[in-house]
Amino acid sequence: MSTEPYSDRGNRDLSLGNPAGMGTAHAVAKGGKAFVASGGPFLIGEAMTGGYGAGPDILHDCTIAVDRGEIAVIVGPNGAGKSTGMKAVFGMLNLRAGHVRLDGEDITALTPQARVAKGMGFVPQTSNIFTSMTVEENLEMGAFIRTDDIRPTMEQIYDLFPILREKRAQAAGELSGGQRQQVAVGRALMTKPKVLMLDEPTAGVSPIVMDELFDRIIEVARTGIPILMVEQNARQALEIADKGYVLVQGRNAYSGTGKELLADPEVRKSFLGG
Amino acid sequence: MNPVLKNSLLFAAVGAMILYTGFSQSWNTALVVLNMGLISAIMALGVNLQWGFAGLFNVGIMGFVALGGLAAVLMGVSPTPGAWSAGGWNILAAFVFAIGVIIAVVMLRKRMVPGWPRAAAVFFLIVAGFFGYRALFDSGVVAVEAINPALTGNLGGLGIDRGLWVALAWPVGGLFAAGAAWVIGKTALGLRSDYLAIATLGIAEIIIAVLKNEDWLARGVKNVVGLPRPTPYEIDLQNDPVFVERAAGFGLDAVTASTLYVKLLYAGLFTVVLVLLLVLAQRALNSPWGRMMRAIRDNEVAAEAMGKDVTARHLQIFVLGSAICGVAGAMMTTLDGQLTPGTYQPLRFTFLVWVMVIVGGSGNNFGAVLGGFLIWFLWVQVEPMGLWLMQVITSGMAEGSALKAHLIESAAHMRLFTMGLVLLLVLRFSPRGLIPEK
Amino acid sequence: MDFLNAIIALLNFVVVPAVAYGSQLALGALGVTLIYGILRFSNFAHGDTMAFGAMITVLFTWLFQSWGISLGPLPTALLALPIGILGCMALLLATDRVVYRFYREQKAKPVILVIVSLGVTFILNGLVRFIIGPDDQRFADGERFIVSARTFKELTGLREGLAIKTTQGITVITAVVVVALLFWFLNRTRTGKSMRAYSDNEDLALLSGINPERVVMITWLIVAGLATIAGVLYGLDKSFKPFTYFQLLLPIFASAIVGGLGNPIGAIAGGFVIAFSEVTVTYAWKKVLTYLMPEGLEPDGLVQLLSTDYKLAVSFLILLIVLLFKPTGLFKGKAV
Repeated sequence: MSTEPYSDRGNRDLSLGNPAGMGTAHAVAKGGKAFVASGGPFLIGEAMTGGYGAGPDILHDCTIAVDRGEIAVIVGPNGAGKSTGMKAVFGMLNLRAGHVRLDGEDITALTPQARVAKGMGFVPQTSNIFTSMTVEENLEMGAFIRTDDIRPTMEQIYDLFPILREKRAQAAGELSGGQRQQVAVGRALMTKPKVLMLDEPTAGVSPIVMDELFDRIIEVARTGIPILMVEQNARQALEIADKGYVLVQGRNAYSGTGKELLADPEVRKSFLGG
Repeated sequence: MNPVLKNSLLFAAVGAMILYTGFSQSWNTALVVLNMGLISAIMALGVNLQWGFAGLFNVGIMGFVALGGLAAVLMGVSPTPGAWSAGGWNILAAFVFAIGVIIAVVMLRKRMVPGWPRAAAVFFLIVAGFFGYRALFDSGVVAVEAINPALTGNLGGLGIDRGLWVALAWPVGGLFAAGAAWVIGKTALGLRSDYLAIATLGIAEIIIAVLKNEDWLARGVKNVVGLPRPTPYEIDLQNDPVFVERAAGFGLDAVTASTLYVKLLYAGLFTVVLVLLLVLAQRALNSPWGRMMRAIRDNEVAAEAMGKDVTARHLQIFVLGSAICGVAGAMMTTLDGQLTPGTYQPLRFTFLVWVMVIVGGSGNNFGAVLGGFLIWFLWVQVEPMGLWLMQVITSGMAEGSALKAHLIESAAHMRLFTMGLVLLLVLRFSPRGLIPEK
Repeated sequence: MDFLNAIIALLNFVVVPAVAYGSQLALGALGVTLIYGILRFSNFAHGDTMAFGAMITVLFTWLFQSWGISLGPLPTALLALPIGILGCMALLLATDRVVYRFYREQKAKPVILVIVSLGVTFILNGLVRFIIGPDDQRFADGERFIVSARTFKELTGLREGLAIKTTQGITVITAVVVVALLFWFLNRTRTGKSMRAYSDNEDLALLSGINPERVVMITWLIVAGLATIAGVLYGLDKSFKPFTYFQLLLPIFASAIVGGLGNPIGAIAGGFVIAFSEVTVTYAWKKVLTYLMPEGLEPDGLVQLLSTDYKLAVSFLILLIVLLFKPTGLFKGKAV
């Protein structure tokens, strides 16, 4: 809007600016340090309040967490702040209140790339692959912070998603929806993360591919990586969840084990269609 | 501080600077600054219309200003005797022929099915058309330029040189610029993506290239001088005993009085134009049309969903803004009394106007006007200030040192540096300009 | 024989100059396209960046010449070039730190950065003129020709001569080396790939642990190198004059856009397309045609499509034609 000091006045001139791939994150600024804060779950975003830039708060005192060996699932209606909550945990927006702790450390002040180095992996819901780069380059970029030999990890990913091995030299943007999601998850796994966050990994893929993806995600979880996941298909997701969160308008509405939530009549009525 | 008071103070400050120039340097200099300040304010008003109201980024202001100047020439100078019969009609016929070829190409592309026969036909038509055009055009140009090349060698114009009628060239300058803007906007805004900036940058260079090279049009770099003016000539005033007597009454000699009088008359005329355009721009801003423009600017998607034809509105405002630049260009050429295409440079005529708009306050008409005056004042005055600064800096150096000579000699280039600095400082610390948009 | 003569004339007056000019444009356009791809705005200060880097090189060339250092047949400027590049790198990093970084932190839109780059243009333009003056400066030395027209005629016995200036040879060789290095860097090294990743998707690059500020810094460093090399080669080939670098902005942008903004291969292709069209359209074809046409049918005019003063118009016309038929440029650029 015109009241913003640096508005572009709706200019769309492509000979001036390049909107493609431009970042939207209001990432935590450089310079913050992590400090020891023991206790609690493996990864927790605790009592988070905040929104994008100077905009209104989207999260209100929202808490999401996942512990070792678990799958935690966040469900809720559209616009409930599920994706925002995930981004907040990853430092992609500035929190006005609350903390993020990982493995006994408070990492609220760390930049997203420092969180990657601490062992967090994140697959966003959209734009989650480098479309102009090959599948293999996507995986390499996933391992950007690593300095050791990444080939064994890449082999593991190709074993997990065999189709990617076949398409390794192809531009990721040319793949089908399901294959793109596999690239996206594979990229996040390349850092050998200690915790994996997935934002609607099954969005826009066919039911068969969706089942396949769920199987793979369970497979990843069995290797001992805790998974924090936002999911549209609430019922299917809660069935595999150890822990579930129902968010409404940026607040925790219900939480419990996946089974408890599935059995809760209120949750069933409002979010699972009876 | 109350914004009205603050803005009045800002204008008063710029006014005081010009007055100070009058007291400390000379009233002649002060009036020169004032007159070009008025013209700059009009240019800034035009660019503000495009950028402030519609977010259109025009980097071809130089071209529109030059087209306005061309209008002043074509309206003002008298027709060259025999030029039309010698070759003028040939040139005109060449243009008609070229338009015919373009229409034929468009028809051909519509009628024939896509494929290599169509491509071949279009290619052949264009090549043949080009040589046909050149044959007609070149013969006309050679004939026209042969007529007394030392003095004319051009077609000449309408020869409107009586008093205030000369000012008729100004709206015509606006029309010239509007015509060019329509063609550019139609092409660049109509492309699937918007490429207005590079289009205007290119067209402006082409317009200048045409003005420099097409001697038959306005004598190219040989310049047209002695254009008619809407004001009396100094020499006539000096020979007028009534004027001389009145000047003596003010304690002025006739020469000084006549130059001041003429410049004051110009200032009056220009003020009328500026006030008129400012009133129109303010009314437009607050009209339903202005609200719609801002709605489009602030949320194009929503405006489009409400059925607004965004491209057409953008074209409209682009043409209007460019026309205002054309008017200013014509006024400038009239004031200078000559058209000198060799002196048109993008830094001075395009980017400096941008500095005026950004510093003054994008989206605010009064801001643009203030920016026009202020930046023009700095543009003129930074040079002497820079020279003074360099003399102070170098005062301790040995006489005849190469560095000292270089610094003093280069002081003139401080003005570009200063303009950049002012732009960056305002953008950083007062991003919405001196008089921000409400 | 006439046919051979025609070919040689064509090579001499069209192909050789166009290849040299095309290489210079391509190097300039590469810088513009890298900034567009990674910092996401059109840098209007690029022409003046070239002028700045070239100016440092010219100053050090003069210094070396005054010390009596030379490269024999090669221009001394090549020796000063690394210093010019370092100077330009320092300048660009300083500008980024003092000027651009603030706007990145504000998440300012590309148009604002364009306006900022206008401010930088003014400053650099003023700075260069202040330091070296607005006039033409010659700094080329060494052997003038690789092959001079006379030697060529003597060697071949043809009527037409083919002259290849040392500067033209150096231009082409340098351009090939630089472009090969750049592509190797972008496609084969980890840092280069991270730049492509950042250009493709900023947020995902952040999630992959790529440090945006480092990517931006490396981009500026590469751009400084490209701009200085382009500026020095152009200056050696023609002459160094601050204002001409500002004027190169239009053909450089035209090259980048014709090729597809943000696409490095496109920038190179665009540079040559623009250079060849400028030279062929403004070349007087009389000589070549006289050799080719049967006797009695020789053209009487110069057969020049447009006068050389319309060079800029030609680049712009090509740009317009490409945009009308292929809005993303010859090679798919970012602009979709």
